[in-house]
Amino acid sequence: MKSLAELQAIRDKMKGAINMREENGDKIRVVVGMATCGIAAGARPVLNKFTEEVAKRNLLNVSVTQTGCIGICQYEPVVEVFTPDGKKTTYVKMTPEKAVKVVADHLVNGNVVSEYTIGSVAK
Amino acid sequence: MYRSHVLVCGGTGCTSSGSQQIIETLEQEIKKAGLSEEVKVVKTGCFGLCALGPIMIVYPEGSFYSMVKPEDIPEIVSEHLLKGRIVKRLLYSETVTDQNVKSLNETEFYKKQHRVALKNCGVINPENIEEYIGVDGYQALGKVLTEMTPEEVIQVIKDSGLRGRGGGGFPTGVKWSFAAANQADQKYVCCNADEGDPGAFMDRSILEGDPHVVIEAMTIAGYAIGANQGYVYIRAEYPIAVKRLEIAINQAREYGLLGKNIFDSGFDFDIEIRLGAGAFVCGEETALMTSIEGHRGEPRPRPPFPAVKGLFGKPTILNNVETWANIPQIILKGADWFASMGTEKSKGTKVFALGGKIHNTGLVEVPMGTTLREIIEEIGGGIPNGKKFKAAQTGGPSGGCIPASLIDTPIDYDNLLAVGSMMGSGGLIVMDEDTCMVDIAKFFLEFTVDESCGKCNPCRIGTKRMYEMLSNICKGNATLEDIDKLEQLCYEIKAGSLCALGQSAPNPVLSTLRYFRDEYVAHVVDKRCPAGVCKDLLSFEIVADKCKGCTLCARQCPVNAISGTVKQPHVIDKSKCIKCGACMEKCRFGAIVKK
Ligand SMILES: Cc1cc2nc3c(=O)[nH]c(=O)nc-3n(C[C@H](O)[C@H](O)[C@H](O)COP(=O)(O)O)c2cc1C
Ligand code: SF4
Ligand code: SF4
Ligand code: FES
Ligand code: FES
Repeated sequence: MKSLAELQAIRDKMKGAINMREENGDKIRVVVGMATCGIAAGARPVLNKFTEEVAKRNLLNVSVTQTGCIGICQYEPVVEVFTPDGKKTTYVKMTPEKAVKVVADHLVNGNVVSEYTIGSVAK
Repeated sequence: MYRSHVLVCGGTGCTSSGSQQIIETLEQEIKKAGLSEEVKVVKTGCFGLCALGPIMIVYPEGSFYSMVKPEDIPEIVSEHLLKGRIVKRLLYSETVTDQNVKSLNETEFYKKQHRVALKNCGVINPENIEEYIGVDGYQALGKVLTEMTPEEVIQVIKDSGLRGRGGGGFPTGVKWSFAAANQADQKYVCCNADEGDPGAFMDRSILEGDPHVVIEAMTIAGYAIGANQGYVYIRAEYPIAVKRLEIAINQAREYGLLGKNIFDSGFDFDIEIRLGAGAFVCGEETALMTSIEGHRGEPRPRPPFPAVKGLFGKPTILNNVETWANIPQIILKGADWFASMGTEKSKGTKVFALGGKIHNTGLVEVPMGTTLREIIEEIGGGIPNGKKFKAAQTGGPSGGCIPASLIDTPIDYDNLLAVGSMMGSGGLIVMDEDTCMVDIAKFFLEFTVDESCGKCNPCRIGTKRMYEMLSNICKGNATLEDIDKLEQLCYEIKAGSLCALGQSAPNPVLSTLRYFRDEYVAHVVDKRCPAGVCKDLLSFEIVADKCKGCTLCARQCPVNAISGTVKQPHVIDKSKCIKCGACMEKCRFGAIVKK
C-alpha cells in the first residue's frame, strides 16, 4: 500500500462489518422474528437479505438483529423497524424482494412502505 | 456478509479458562447448524472482566455471556444464533434485569469507565490488520506523514498534556522534543512492555488486544524525532502478546505500513522485538536499553539521559505501551479533545488492573481524577463478604497504600504522590480489614530483595536488612527502637541508590508507617497482629463452654494437635499447633477462637 486512498478503501470496506459491534441508541434497528414459525415461513432469507442490503449500501446507522416469537405467527415472516425517534413499524409476510424495497424506501429515504405493514395486510 | 459476529476473548485470562476450546466448539456447532455463512466467530483481546472468563459477546444484540462452558455452546447456537432467543440463564448476571437485558455499557462495571487506550480491546480481531484499519487504524500515521511536519506532531503531543503511563509520569511531548533536538546519524524509538509490577497486566492486554496501535504510534514517533528503527522490549512470559505482536509487525510490513517509503513519503521505519527474561529492573529505562544491547540488564547513571545517549549510544525515546496506545487518537482527534479529559495536570485516562479483595477484578480505564471510592464501590462493586475497606495499594513495589480515610482522593499523578503513593504502572490492589499492613510491606520488600540487581549496596544489602527487620516485627521479636531504625534505613536507601528501584523500594514501608504505625506498634509492644495474619503472633484456642465435643476439629487437624473424648470439650496442644486454621473453619459451634 502506497497511498492514503488505498488505506481509505480498506477502512470503508471493513467499517460496515465492524460497525455492528458498536452499541448506540441512535441507530435504526431492524428486528426479524426468528422463532420456529418464522424460520418455517422463510425468515432466514429475509434476515440475510436485510444484512446484505444494509452492508451493500454501507448504512452505518442501521443494525439488523433477530428476535424470538413476536406472537403473530399467521403473519410471519415478521420484521419490526425501530427508528431512533421511538417509532415502530411492523412489516408482515416478508420476502427477500420486499426486504430490498424496505431498505431502499424506509431505511434510506425514511418512507414507510405502507402496503407491507401489518395495518394494510390485516385489512 | 455476516449478520452476526460472535466475539470470544482470546486474552491470557480467558485462554487459561479455556476460551480456545469454546471457539472450536462454537465453530463446529455453527457449521452443524448451517450458519457458517451468516455468523462469524472473532477472537479478540481482553474485555477487562477476566475473572468471569471465558467471555463471549454476540453482536448485533450485544449479549454478554460469561463463564461459558463448551456444554453451553449448542444451546447458544440453536437458541440465540438460529432463533434469536437470547439464553438469559448464561448471560453475565449484571446485564439481566427482571424483564430485560441491559447492554454491557450500562452495567456498574462499565458505566463509569471511559475507554481510550483500551478502545479496540475486545472489539477487533488483533490478528487481522484490516479490522484495525476498519476502526480508523493507521489513519493517524497517514495524516502525520502526508500533512504534518515533525515539529507539528511533537507540538500536538505536548499540547495534549499526555504524561508517561509507565510510572514516572514524564510529559511525553517534552521527551520527544529532547530527542528530536539532538542531531545524530541514527536514533531509536523503544517500547517498554516489560510490565514488572506484580499483578499488573494492562500492557499485556493492550498488546494482546490491539497490537497495531503500538506499531502505529511508534512509527509516528519515529517520524517526529527522526528515527527509523524501533524496538519493543517485552517479557518472554507473555507468549500470546509476543505472538500477536509478531503477526501484527509482519502484516504491517506486508501492507507497506512498516518498511521503506511509507505512504510514499520517503520515510522508512521498522520494528523489532526483543524478549526480556522478566527481571523487574529491566523495566528501568537504562537497564532496558543495556539489555537490548545484549548485556546484563543493569541500570547506569543518568545523565546522560537516553534522549542524548540511549540505545547503542544514540538518542532514544522509550515509552510505555499504554502511553503509545493514546498517541494515534490524539493525532486524529486533537490535543484539545485529549486535554478535555482528566485533571489540571493529569490529562486523559488511566488503565488500572483492579485486584485483591474486590467483587469485580479486572481491567478498568477511567478518566484521571476519578476517586478511589468510585473505582472501588461502583466499578469494582465493593468488598466481598461484607468486610470493611482498609486500604488500597497503588504503584506496586515502588508505591504505597492509601488508607480508607482518603478514599475520596481523586486519582492523578500529583495527588497520589501527595498521599505518599504513586501512580506506577497501574496496579490497584484493594485490601480489607483482614489484611495486615506490616505483612503487606514485607511482601513487597521480599519482591525487591529478589529483584534488586545488586549493583549498589544500599539497595542490595539495605532491602535485605529491611526485610529481616520486618520479619522480626511480624514474629514479635522487635522493639519500638527497631521501628525507628527501620524508618531511618528507609531514608538512607532512598538517598543512596542508583536507580529508581532502590530509591522507591522503601515506599511500601514508609507509607504503611505513615498511616498504620499503630499496627507496627501492636506487633512489637502487645505482640499481637490486629488483623490476625502474622502466624507467630497467633494462637488458636477452644472455648470449653461452647465446645460440644463433636470431634470434627480433631479429625481435621493435620498435625493431630487436638485431643479430647466424644461429647467432652476438646483442647489444642499449642506446642504442636501449626496455626493453619483448619479446625476453626470446620467447627460449627464457633468454639474455636484465634487470638
Ligand atoms: C525498577 C523499575 C521498573 C520499571 N518497570 C517499568 C515497566 O515495567 N514498564 C514501564 O513502562 N516502565 C517501567 N519503568 C519506568 C521506565 O523506566 C520509564 O520511565 C518508562 O518506561 C518511560 O515511559 P513513559 O514515559 O511512557 O512512562 C520502571 C522503572 C523502574 C525504576
Ligand atoms: S538501586 Fe538497586 S536495582 Fe537500582 S542499580 Fe542499584 S542495586 Fe540495582
Ligand atoms: S469442632 Fe468445635 S465443637 Fe467440635 S470438638 Fe472441635 S471445638 Fe468442639
Ligand atoms: S482475558 Fe478475557 S476478559 Fe480479560
Ligand atoms: S562497599 Fe563501598 S562503602 Fe561499603
